[in-house]
Amino acid sequence: MMKVYIKAIAYNLPEKVLTNEMIAQEFPEWTVEKIDKKIGIKQRHVTVDGETASDLAIGAAEKLFANISYDRSQIDYLIFVTQSPDYHLPTTACTIQTRLGLSKRITAIDVNLGCNGFVAGLSLAKAVIVAGQAKNVLLLTGETYSKYMHERDKSNRTIFGDGAAATLVSTEGIAEVGEFVIGTDGTGAENLIVKTGGARHPQPAGDLKFDDFGNPRSSDNLYMDGPAILNYSLDSIPQLVEDVLEKNHVTMDDIDLHVYHQANTFLANLERRKLRISEEQYYCNIENFGNTVSSTIPIALCEAMKEGRISKGTKVLSVAQGLGYTWGGMVLFF
Amino acid sequence: MELKEFVERFAEEFDETPAEQFKADTVFKSLDEWGSLTALSIIAMVDEEFEKRITGADLRSVNTLEELYNLIQNK
Repeated sequence: MMKVYIKAIAYNLPEKVLTNEMIAQEFPEWTVEKIDKKIGIKQRHVTVDGETASDLAIGAAEKLFANISYDRSQIDYLIFVTQSPDYHLPTTACTIQTRLGLSKRITAIDVNLGCNGFVAGLSLAKAVIVAGQAKNVLLLTGETYSKYMHERDKSNRTIFGDGAAATLVSTEGIAEVGEFVIGTDGTGAENLIVKTGGARHPQPAGDLKFDDFGNPRSSDNLYMDGPAILNYSLDSIPQLVEDVLEKNHVTMDDIDLHVYHQANTFLANLERRKLRISEEQYYCNIENFGNTVSSTIPIALCEAMKEGRISKGTKVLSVAQGLGYTWGGMVLFF
Repeated sequence: MELKEFVERFAEEFDETPAEQFKADTVFKSLDEWGSLTALSIIAMVDEEFEKRITGADLRSVNTLEELYNLIQNK
């Protein structure tokens, strides 16, 4: 079977920064130290009005093209992973084709997935290359959950950051893309959801109320059932990791670096300890970015390469668990 | 894990509330520091120490630390 590689990765963040100091000022019941200790994110970038996920993704793609002096006319397939499309329709990827000046002889599709979006998008990119449909797939991930949040939602505003990444997937490159494990279980759909605004509930519900802890809950904003998501993540990660290792014919000892989707530093550390991975072999870097949803893994890969944590020969295991629920993982052979 | 040790372990998840405030009959939800973050810490602590799952609904269904301890034992 044809081998498929990641050729380059770049990322792009909005300029505006939301620090813990700013959050603590708005929510006096939370201190900077408490956010640091319990969540472990120090700052996150957020978009301003009129700045969208596609804008961020285009910025990431331009950086990627510039970094490796890439001739963009070679792109023959475009995937945009987002849950913050510019419009209900048309497909945002189609507008990106024009804005990036890509060839017209390409497929351009949006993929609506959250935290598992990079893994699933990469599996799709690999599939179209293996099938001979394309040679150079531009995989863009971009998310702006901040736009879905209620301003009094301190938990989600602390955890999530806006951001985008561009990953070029090709027939040659720096990391061979191994075998994928992907799973789905729609019973968790309501545990991380923006309920209104789609076809099922087109009108705003206007049902804002505050829970036991004073957190706002509204069908019109991003809602996350923290305990349910925490339990789902802890429950399913050991089997997911085992399945991905098995499918790639490697063992835990073969993996040099673990680069996972990081929901927040607190959960990342819980998962690391549960899987008995040493701190040295677990890459965690979201303290300055927040949970950028589908871009946490490519941003982490980018940073780990810059820091020299990944070099030729490094075997990287990546897994992600996301809303839907969907989850997945693969091994990257650098 | 004995109840006494559980109370101590529970108290460790709190930063601002003095450890001596935690007793078996403490109504933990009335503590100023109890909130969504501490709730997640407790769920995680129970996972690590007991290898058992408690839910948000479990936490809402009990009042004192002893009740929570018993709930975990019965899982």
